[in-house]
Amino acid sequence: MKVEIALDALPRMLAGIGLTFQLLLLALGIGTALAVLLLLMRISGRWWLSLPAQAYCYVFRGTPILVQIFIIYYGLPQFEWLRESVLWVVLRDPFGCAVLALALNVGAYVTEILRGGVLSVERGLLEAGAALGMSSTHRFVYITAPLAVRIALPAYGNEIISLLKSTALASTITLADMTGIARTVVAETFAPYEVFISLALVYVSLAWLIQRSMHRVEARIGRYATRRAG
Amino acid sequence: MSTQTSPIIRLVSVGKRFGDFEALVDVDLEVRPGERIVICGPSGSGKSTLIRCINRMEKHTSGTIVVNGHELTDDLRDIDAVRREIGMVFQSFNLFPHMTVLRNLTIAQRLVRKTPKAEAEAVAMHFLERVRIPEQAAKYPAQLSGGQQQRVAIARALCMKPRIMLFDEPTSALDPEMISEVLEVMVDLAGDGMTMVCVTHEMGFARSVADRVIFMDRGRLVEQADPETFFTRPQNERTALFLRQILRH
Ligand SMILES: Nc1ncnc2c1ncn2[C@@H]1O[C@H](COP(=O)(O)OP(=O)(O)O)[C@@H](O)[C@H]1O
Ligand SMILES: [Mg+2]
Repeated sequence: MKVEIALDALPRMLAGIGLTFQLLLLALGIGTALAVLLLLMRISGRWWLSLPAQAYCYVFRGTPILVQIFIIYYGLPQFEWLRESVLWVVLRDPFGCAVLALALNVGAYVTEILRGGVLSVERGLLEAGAALGMSSTHRFVYITAPLAVRIALPAYGNEIISLLKSTALASTITLADMTGIARTVVAETFAPYEVFISLALVYVSLAWLIQRSMHRVEARIGRYATRRAG
Repeated sequence: MSTQTSPIIRLVSVGKRFGDFEALVDVDLEVRPGERIVICGPSGSGKSTLIRCINRMEKHTSGTIVVNGHELTDDLRDIDAVRREIGMVFQSFNLFPHMTVLRNLTIAQRLVRKTPKAEAEAVAMHFLERVRIPEQAAKYPAQLSGGQQQRVAIARALCMKPRIMLFDEPTSALDPEMISEVLEVMVDLAGDGMTMVCVTHEMGFARSVADRVIFMDRGRLVEQADPETFFTRPQNERTALFLRQILRH
């Protein structure tokens, strides 16, 4: 292993960190918003809302993200009507395609994570709310949601890290994120080992950083939400 | 005896089925304002189901329930009206764990009654003083003992100014040394003329506070009498057997 090659590659790859972060944060924001919508559909108690949401999650969790990216980037543009719609603004751009694919995917996973949180809120708390006269909306907003978020937080943190790693797939559709740049550097230096090792180290440090901040958040808001036994 | 005041709670041949299982069978019960009723009976006899039907936590499947003039049907306005009159205390406290004690006591006042914050907090502090733990207002439920949590739960229900309080085994989840602090609060409440329906096996409480003790078995009201009669001359042999079993402890 030639350390100087790794050290040379590092600053070049770090130039792509901004793009990696953009992919991560945009996909996370859009995906989470989508997940909240899908969650509300799933727990609405109306089959014509919950069934589509369920089908959506099933399909997006059951197919590889890479395939989803390819379908969106290579597949969708063949539809004439799509190229003429406003969606084309997003779809003609590889960055837009990558964000869209990652967001749709994250949406499916986060829906399940949030649903797990909602289901684990003790029924007795909701009964207490009902007995106090709180409406079902009030119970959801003030009891279910805050407790579900606390319960879902660790799994959500894992999902962010998983998304961070998935952003590397954007390099397959010409984007110069960290992985994209690494591939260019490898093509120039013929040193895949050194370059990819230092790339891996960058990802691992970022994952560590995310995990640390999630622990912080959990410790802050989950301080007294320890669940009682019985 | 019950002729001069009309009942605040009236159940007429109420039945409740869970699928094929009959949890309540032909229950008739009238509770007058200010009356204190204790319900006891073996586990699974339908005590919780009965009081949960009174504030529509469960939906009865036959018969009629009228609370303070509102008949419980699918009409949400009647359910809201009834829940406004009734406070409920659960075996497992059910305090909102992510809220401070004070917020546990103010949240429903603010959302349901639209009480301004300062006023809601004043009401909350008033009732925390009544249950003798005003100093715990800023803590979270998990930081309190079981007895304190249950007293907070009672105060939380009282903040809504109910005319009726339902208790479902309020002391069964508590360590023995904490039972009396909760019972004391309940005795106080009885002294103020609150209408109370309590599921409990605290026979000392029943003797000193109840106007009437009811024994349930397999979904039916088997026997009801004033405490003196109930404990000394139970008419039904299942009641007698039950009393022998619990008084042995
Ligand atoms: N949600 C429910 N679904 C099915 N069966 C129930 C449900 N709730 C209560 N039961 C049954 O009804 C019976 C009476 O329950 P409950 O009223 O809780 O008894 P108790 O409070 O006297 O111990 C029990 O046999 C219980 O299993
Ligand atoms: Mg019970």
